[in-house]
Amino acid sequence: MRSDRLRMRIARVLWRRAVVVVGMTMASAALAGGGVASPAAADPVLEARVQDLSYKLRCLVCQNESIAESRAPLAEDLRNQVREQLAAGKSEAEIIDFLVSRYGDFVLYQPPFKPITLVLWLGPLVLLLSGAGWLVYRLRSREREPAPELSADQRANARALLDGTSAVAKEPRK
Amino acid sequence: MKARFLVPLALFLVLAGFLGYGLTLNPRELPSVLIDKPAPDFRLARLDAPEQSFALADMRGKVWLLNVWASWCVACRQEHPVLVDLAKKGVVPIVGLNYKDVNDDAKAWLKRYGDPYTVSIVDGDGRVGIDFGVYGVPETFLIDASGMIRYKHIGPVTPEALRDVLLPLIAELSRAK
Repeated sequence: MRSDRLRMRIARVLWRRAVVVVGMTMASAALAGGGVASPAAADPVLEARVQDLSYKLRCLVCQNESIAESRAPLAEDLRNQVREQLAAGKSEAEIIDFLVSRYGDFVLYQPPFKPITLVLWLGPLVLLLSGAGWLVYRLRSREREPAPELSADQRANARALLDGTSAVAKEPRK
Repeated sequence: MKARFLVPLALFLVLAGFLGYGLTLNPRELPSVLIDKPAPDFRLARLDAPEQSFALADMRGKVWLLNVWASWCVACRQEHPVLVDLAKKGVVPIVGLNYKDVNDDAKAWLKRYGDPYTVSIVDGDGRVGIDFGVYGVPETFLIDASGMIRYKHIGPVTPEALRDVLLPLIAELSRAK
């Protein structure tokens, strides 16, 4: 009887310890994970907006990553800027202006439409249209070309080929 | 009729020309949008005397360099002798913006490698760095007497860059003052 009770107590103590250990492991994992991506935010709606805007902004250090993805310290600082300013009620456009006035258009993944980016934005369209225009011109001029005249020998050759390969061609056409 | 076969060659040469030019550019060097714009205002604690602050207005009327540095920055050590040398000549005051550093580390670093700075100020969280569009350390801004940013050097200041670009600009701006 006594040994049974003792065993129960030991089991209970062990169980409690296991719960504590698992709990601590999970907590530290959560902390570590939170520290890598972005500081845990209390407000998921705000965090979603921060993410959304961060994906449109280029990290100046990694250059081919957005500040949402980059782990560079500067990207983290800029994410914090975005979060702070969104929380303060600034609009997306205001925050983009803030960053562009410091880092230039390079900070934007989508370059703005202005004189210096005309070729960038309109270039592909111009190429497509000129390609289509050239194709239409070629097809039209080919239509206008007279069908090539065949010599008597060529005609005889063609006739022989047709007669040799196709039964239908044996019937003289009208 | 023969010229038609030269068209692809011509197109290739144009393309090769653009790509070749692209190879000579450094994608890490982004032109600053702040050139010829007023320097962003700041007021920060001094590294040597944290109870005192230092502001942009304190440099008004002088042509000066703002050098962004940190003790953790390897390239800063590379440019450091150049700055120490420049400071000795006394051509131009250099203000150090100690960027996201630990104060004690920064002070020990200056003790060890020499202190070329008229004053070093502490930008612990990098906020002023963001205002200046800093994206890498070291960076050096040349600011004129009216507080306008006139030039930005990205990366370590080399003796050549100093001799060929910075010093002539400094001389010119000092004359204009």
